[in-house]
Amino acid sequence: MNKSLILHFRPNKIRQKALDFSMTFGLGGMALVLLMMLFTTGILLKFYYLPFPDRAYDSIMHLKTEVLFGSFIRNIHYWSANLLIAASFLHFLRVFFTSAFHRKRRFNWIIGLSLFIITILFNFTGYLLPWDQLSYWAVTICTGMMEYIPVIGKWIQNITAGGAEVNSSTLSIFYAAHTMLFPALIILILPFHFWRIRKAGGIALPDDCSDKADKMDVIPNLILRETVTALVLIAAVLLLSVFFNAPLGDEANPGLSPNPTKAPWYFMGLQEMLLHVHPFFAVCVIPLIILAGLILTAYSRYSDTREGIWFISPKGKATAAASFTGALVLTAFAVILDEYLIDFTALLLSLPQFISNGIIPLAAAFLAFFIFYFLFIKRFSPDKNEKVQAVFVFFLTVFIVFTVTGIWFRGTGMKLVF
Amino acid sequence: MSKSAKSDKDNNSRKTEPTSRRSFLNVLWTVLGIAAAAEFIVVITRFLGRKKTGSNGTSSDNIIQAGSVESFPNNSVTANIQGRFYLVRLDDGGFIALSSKCTHLGCTVPWDDKEKRFECPCHGSSFDITGKVLTSPAPRPLDHYPVSIENNMVIVDTGSAIKREKFLKEQLVYSKKVQS
Repeated sequence: MNKSLILHFRPNKIRQKALDFSMTFGLGGMALVLLMMLFTTGILLKFYYLPFPDRAYDSIMHLKTEVLFGSFIRNIHYWSANLLIAASFLHFLRVFFTSAFHRKRRFNWIIGLSLFIITILFNFTGYLLPWDQLSYWAVTICTGMMEYIPVIGKWIQNITAGGAEVNSSTLSIFYAAHTMLFPALIILILPFHFWRIRKAGGIALPDDCSDKADKMDVIPNLILRETVTALVLIAAVLLLSVFFNAPLGDEANPGLSPNPTKAPWYFMGLQEMLLHVHPFFAVCVIPLIILAGLILTAYSRYSDTREGIWFISPKGKATAAASFTGALVLTAFAVILDEYLIDFTALLLSLPQFISNGIIPLAAAFLAFFIFYFLFIKRFSPDKNEKVQAVFVFFLTVFIVFTVTGIWFRGTGMKLVF
Repeated sequence: MSKSAKSDKDNNSRKTEPTSRRSFLNVLWTVLGIAAAAEFIVVITRFLGRKKTGSNGTSSDNIIQAGSVESFPNNSVTANIQGRFYLVRLDDGGFIALSSKCTHLGCTVPWDDKEKRFECPCHGSSFDITGKVLTSPAPRPLDHYPVSIENNMVIVDTGSAIKREKFLKEQLVYSKKVQS
């Protein structure tokens, strides 16, 4: 009975190689476990939470101080939510770096990207609900970003945030989205994601045939490994929740922005970008370029796909490392340069900021990238897979440097601090 | 085998009469389906689109009596917490009501009286006493609200903020006594 139920979700037999932990690090499964914990604790929190500006904060305080295990349940929800972002991002990196996005998996790459975007929005809508200073101002910044989307920005802002200011409409919209819309979307799309993996023949594995003849039983081999991973993860989340409380600031005060005001950590890369370029580029142009690039990654033509091999080949490892180092040095240099030496706006006062603080710094950044890319091609003469990987690593590194700078190296007044 | 042969035959017969009742109905259903989906989307977006931003209800709530002209010395910045604006009086006695919302991403901008400028805590933008951008990333000067002076009272209409590209003398409002 149990066995046949499990075999609805899992194949009967799989290749030995599919059991290797280092093939996937169990990240997709971890994301699923975290999601289940979020649904459970989310339902529990819903019994106490009140989505009104004058009562939301008090209801959280009540939960924390009066309700037995109130803090604990909230902490589990908080830690699972943050770990889910991390786990799904790492899962995305794993899929990319084991070339698991070709042919039959192309469309699943798109589904995965959509799920990741939904996860971010899911988390972000939850961020506002405690209605403390932290959440109020983080959401103010992020809804303010929408104004810079041309033509439809105001309209999107009105529908998703109920106007230009964070107010009671924003709270009820975010509450509805967080507790109904996004859970429903996830429940609808996630099975599709899993089903596409089955259709592609399980996880991406190298093409050598050594273990193809002698397949392993899924029960107990795979199920046992999955259960252990899930239990270790659950234990870790529970321990985190016992020892580290979810943050809660003072009650939201629309008249006083804390200094510094920071977006949620997963938006820090975006916020850091906002310090350097005009918001139109940071909020609209660059995210669209990234999204288009990610879709193109799966849908462009490759002569040889090398599925299931980490970093493609030994040369792939070397080129990825070179790209990482180059991007690390260039980005750190650019951030420091922009902070202390060059101020395009002040240098070019006569020009509109759109050009002086938008097109010019971006052009400089892309010029640096193309020079790097040209030298990279000359030095390594990589094939298509390695080129795509190098470009991916480059922009990934820029994003990571921005995020790290934003989280740890920005102090009062958003000045660089060490 | 025989099945596929049969379906081939069907296809052929369909090709010979392209305007059969079936193909007409197919087109009709597709069009109706698209129309229904479009209606559905319109209903949802109209349902979700809110008319009023924020909780400030009727327009009379937006009219704020800031105080008498004399209570604001020249070259001063007075915060109005209820209306979320700063009433600024410049050296020459001109009034301007600056929105306290940063034009970058909407944080509340505090006035630094020592440095004589507004400094946004979120992304480090700063503005001078007239709202002009001193340091980016803010893309334009602070928005301002219409000011009128009646019976020696300074009245600010916070109903709608006025966006501007630069500070102009015309944005200032003077009390009649000072001007004469």
